[in-house]
Order: sequence, then C-alpha cells, then structure tokens
Amino acid sequence: MDVIVYAIVTMVIGVAACAGYFYGTNALLDRIYPDSGENAASNISKANAIRPWLFLAPAMLILGLYLVYPLFNSLILSFYDERGENWVGLDNYIWMIGDEKFLESLFNNAMWLIIVPAAATFFGLIAAGLTDRIWWGNIAKSLIFMPMAISFVGASVIWRFIYDYSGEGDDQIGLLNAMVTSLGGTPQAWITIPFWNDIFLMIILIWIQTGFAMVILSAALRGIPEETVEAAVLDGASPLQIFFKIKIPQIAGTIAVVWTTITILVLKVFDIVFAMTNGEWGTQVLANYMYRQSFIQLDFGRGSAIAIVIMILVVPIMWWNIRNAMKENT
Amino acid sequence: MGGVGKNPALVWVVNLSAILLVVLWTIPTFGILVSSFRDRDAISTSGWWTALSASEQSLVARAAAPDDAEQRGGQWVIEGNVFGDAEGSLNAWGVRAQEPTAFTPGETTELRSGGVMQVEADGAYSITYAEEPEGRRGDRIFYTSAVPPSFSTENYDRVMTSEGVAQSFLNSLTVSIPATVIPILIAAYAAYALAWMQFPGRPLLIAAVVGLLVVPLQMSLIPLLEIYNGVGQIFGVPAKTYAGIWLAHTGFGLPLAIYLLRNYMVGLPREVIESAKVDGASDFEIFMKIILPLSFPALASFAIFQFLWTWNDLLVAKVFLTSSDNQMVLTGRLVELLGSRGGDWEILTTSAFITIIIPLIVFFSMQRYLVRGLLAGSVKGG
Repeated sequence: MDVIVYAIVTMVIGVAACAGYFYGTNALLDRIYPDSGENAASNISKANAIRPWLFLAPAMLILGLYLVYPLFNSLILSFYDERGENWVGLDNYIWMIGDEKFLESLFNNAMWLIIVPAAATFFGLIAAGLTDRIWWGNIAKSLIFMPMAISFVGASVIWRFIYDYSGEGDDQIGLLNAMVTSLGGTPQAWITIPFWNDIFLMIILIWIQTGFAMVILSAALRGIPEETVEAAVLDGASPLQIFFKIKIPQIAGTIAVVWTTITILVLKVFDIVFAMTNGEWGTQVLANYMYRQSFIQLDFGRGSAIAIVIMILVVPIMWWNIRNAMKENT
Repeated sequence: MGGVGKNPALVWVVNLSAILLVVLWTIPTFGILVSSFRDRDAISTSGWWTALSASEQSLVARAAAPDDAEQRGGQWVIEGNVFGDAEGSLNAWGVRAQEPTAFTPGETTELRSGGVMQVEADGAYSITYAEEPEGRRGDRIFYTSAVPPSFSTENYDRVMTSEGVAQSFLNSLTVSIPATVIPILIAAYAAYALAWMQFPGRPLLIAAVVGLLVVPLQMSLIPLLEIYNGVGQIFGVPAKTYAGIWLAHTGFGLPLAIYLLRNYMVGLPREVIESAKVDGASDFEIFMKIILPLSFPALASFAIFQFLWTWNDLLVAKVFLTSSDNQMVLTGRLVELLGSRGGDWEILTTSAFITIIIPLIVFFSMQRYLVRGLLAGSVKGG
C-alpha cells in the first residue's frame, strides 16, 4: 500500500510542479516584459518570441533526453566493445553478419513484416466490410477490437493455452490439438515445429491487430461518397464487385496507413516471442535478440548494433510519415 | 449499403460470416476466463469447452476393512458406497490400477482375498466372503464417474494470496497512473504552442515529433540505463526506481501525445481563441480556460492509450525496474509464472485474467475515446 501512496503523492507533486512551472514562468515573463508602459510594443514582441519556448521546453527536454540523445548514443555505443569502453570499429556489425542467430532473427523479422501487416489489414478489411452492414455491427466491432486492450504477454498466455500439447492418446486441453485429434489427426507440440511455429506466434499479433485495422478501415469505408456506390449499383455491379472495385481503391491511402502502422509495431514487437518461446526453436526476432544481447549477455556493443539495425529498418517509414505530415500542414 | 439489404441470401451470408469472425476472435479469451474458474484437476484433464457438461473423472475409493465384515446367513458381507454419503453415478469400475474400468456396474469379480465384489451404478458395493475374512486394509475400488461441472473463485484466492500477483497488481497501478498523468500536461502545453503560437522553426518541430513517433524504443534502453546508473551513483540512490520508469514512459509516450493533441487543437475554432486574445487574455489563460476544457476528448483518448500501453508494457519495466517483489509488474510476473509454473494452467489462466481485467474495463467503458484517438492519430498523418 505504501507504494500506492508514494505514487499518488508523486503524481500530485508532479502535476503541481508542471502547473507551477508554467504559471511561474509565464508570470515571470509578464513581469520582465510588461505589456503596458513606455516600451509596451517592443515588450510584447519580445515576450511573444520567448513564450512559445516556455511552453515547449519541458517536452523538448524530455524528448531530447529519452529519444534523441539515445539515438546518437546507441550509434556510438555500437562501435564500442561490450562494456562500452574500447573502440572496436565495425566489429559488432561484422559479428552480426556472421552470427547465425542474428541472420535467423533478420529472416524471421522479414517474415513477420510480410505476413502480419498483410493478414491483419486483410482481416480488418473483411471485418469492417461485414460489420458495417449488420444491425449488431457495433457489438461485433467491440468484440473483434477487444484484443487490442490485452497485453502481448496476456495474449501469449491465452494462445499458449490454445496451442497446449499433451502426449498422444491423452485428453488434449489445448483447443487446436483437440480439434486436430477429433478430426483424426495426431496432436503436435505446435510451438516447437520449425518454421510453422513462427506462423503460430504471428497469429497472436494478427489476432490483436485486426481490430485496429477494422476500426480505421471502417471509418474510411463510411467516408466514401454515396454517389460512387450508387452509380455502380445502377450499373448492375454485384456487392463483391462494389467492395473490391469501387470501395477499396477509394480507401487505398488509409490501407497504406494501417499497413505501415502495423509494420512499425511488428518491428518493435518483443513480448510475444519473449513469452512464448524466448527465441528458441528458430523463432528469434530482432527486438528479442537485442534484449538478449544487451540485458542477458550484457554486451552493450552488440545490443546497440542490433538496435541500430531496427532503427535503420524504421527510417523509410519515418521519412514517409514526415513527408505526409508536412504535405498536410502546408 | 449498396443495395445489399434486399437480398436475403446475402444477408444470411454476411451475418453468418460476421458471427464466425466474432466467435474466432472471442473464443481465445473466453477459454481462459472459463478455465480460471475451474479446479485444477478439471483443467488438466479436460478441455475448457467441456466445462459446462459433466466430466468423467477417474477416482479411487477403498472398501471397508475385511475385519469389519458382518455375518449374514453363513456368509460374511461388507457393504458401503464408493461415494460415501454423497450421491453420484458410476460408469465403470475395476479392482486393479492397470484396469480401472474393467467392469460395468452390476458385474461381479472375484478378489484375490477370496471375496466376490459387486459394484452398482449408484456406487453401492458389496463384498461377500464364504469364510470369515481377515485384514485391516480394505480393497481398492477404481471407478470412473461423471462429475457435475463446478466453478469457484478458489484459483483467484490462491493466486492473489500466494503467487505475488496481488503485489504485482499494485505495482502495475503504481507504474501506470503517474506514467499516464504526467505526460498529458507536458504534451498539452507543447501541443498548444505547436498549434496556436507563431515562432520560427515550428514546422521543423512538428516534423520532428512525427519522426519520433516511430523511433523504436529499443534504441533508448542502453543509453538511458547508463544515465540512470550514473545518476544513481552520484546521488547514492538505486538506479531502478519508479520515478525512473515514470519518466521513461513519459518520454516514450510524448510524441504520440503531442501529435494527437496538436491535431485536435488545430481544429478548435479560431474565433474563440482570437476573441479571447482581443479581450486581453494571455496565452496561459487561454490555454487553461479555453483549450484544455475543449480538448477533453483528445486528452481522454491519449490517456487511454498511455494507460493501456504502460499497463501492458513488459520491456520497459524489465529494463528499468528490478524483479524484486515490490517492483515486479503484472506482465513481468506473468512471464515469470510461464517459466516456473508452465503447466499449472489454473495459475496461468487466473493470473492472465487478472492482468487483462483492468485494460478490458478501461477498454469497454472508454471505447468511444479510444476509437476517436485512433482515427485522429492514424487516418490523418500516420
């Protein structure tokens, strides 16, 4: 209970400090450059030049310390040895190219990047198309969307239960094996089967992300002007034709956004692999391997180098995002 | 909707497909919910989907000792019921562990001790001996019986009291609440400046925020841990503290917060803000009295994201908090249980449900704002 009290007290102090900072600095600025008196005009313009930075300072400080500085620091650390003491040049990167586990992670990540965003967007599109035309659509949406709220670790436990394996001939308590045996197949230890186990892990993330894709695509579908659809109906198009030939091309931009958002998530995803297999049986991915190198093997050089690789993979998306945002703001 | 509503066959197809989709998406969660209320033996011997029907269990009972046999018409007889005083129904029985289901109710078998045993469907057994038997240990009777479904909150009691889950629940709250509140204020001020104040470099800063949205937080872990270690050494405090993780979550959440809030604030009516300025209100007053109250929907949607994110986070907590009992968060605890209690599904399903219950409550009560935030955050810029 003490910790909770401590948390609440800190929260109150934190909020008060934030409010105090803004109130205090603004009042101070008004006192230094009062907006009345002989120099009113020049005071106002001086104050107006400073004030935005008062509003921005805390955010810039934290962003700088927690995101921008680490970016450069990681880059530098990736050229140092495991303790971060001696310069080793490109050694960490050379190690990487020759390291089997790293190549496996890279390959697996590529698989995740191809399959998960595609599948989640696809199912999201189907879910949006279906739920938009039934009377209980909102309830259906809520239920499909629900896994979004569940932690990756929680989802991993949920799915590990589904993939659970008991010896052949025993009662299967895992849903998947129970279905397989009831159809006459032999039960499998799903998460240890090379290659396919990756797919079984991906299903977890697809299950989580489909709701996200559905919500956004459904909003986009609703934004399609009625006239285009009506014209197609008059021309005798079937519902499927309307969906694929009229509606989907009009929401292509949104599909791209959903796709990229899920792609970014996939690059960073760590928890599912960590909780399900911890990278065993050929399921390693970059984010988990980075954690392993950094915090289990305590090799900060190699860990940083892997983090840089993840960063490099994100850069094109980052650039695309910025370009889009700039276009919108002009 | 595209003239589809008139075709009854298509309406059926659409409804059925939607039902299939919903079932597929809810069954996994439903499975652990049901399992978390079942007892240990039931979970490990039968699938959760059988929980509502009576399940067949293999059990063993011991007949009364031969010494207690009663003489009856030249024979010695032992009688009793495998269910004791309770009621039950017996499907098969046997007297050897290797063949627990050798006989059907009503059949008889000769025992090695010389008696003849008969067991009925209601559990009543009788052993008849021709001569007075001896012995203090009764014979074992193996039987299978249909056990009616039973649900209890026993697993929850157990997990909350003995597996450290209750403590972790509090730890998770301790991490999440300040880590949700603190970034909101900081981001709101910055978002206001980026939305409504004129200054050189503004477009550049907006672009920077958008860029930072996608920076993988893995990048930050090692440099930050080194800073924390350094700070800890200088001031003689532990490197891994709650304050440290609050700030870390603040840093990682800020880009999205600033981005969402700015997008929302830009859309507020210009006239309101300008007329307030004409009336002599300062930026600080406008922010506190106009912008903040009007931005409530955006603030709420960010709060939900940040809360779900911090509550569900594993990586940041693993790096910036210790794995001691008074710092381990729920997700970390669950991973630990996966390792140490891998096959104890009564513990895993119950703990998993405890970790997801708060997010689910938040989700179902605030879904409106969550969706609004997603739409503002994704459809607009990306």
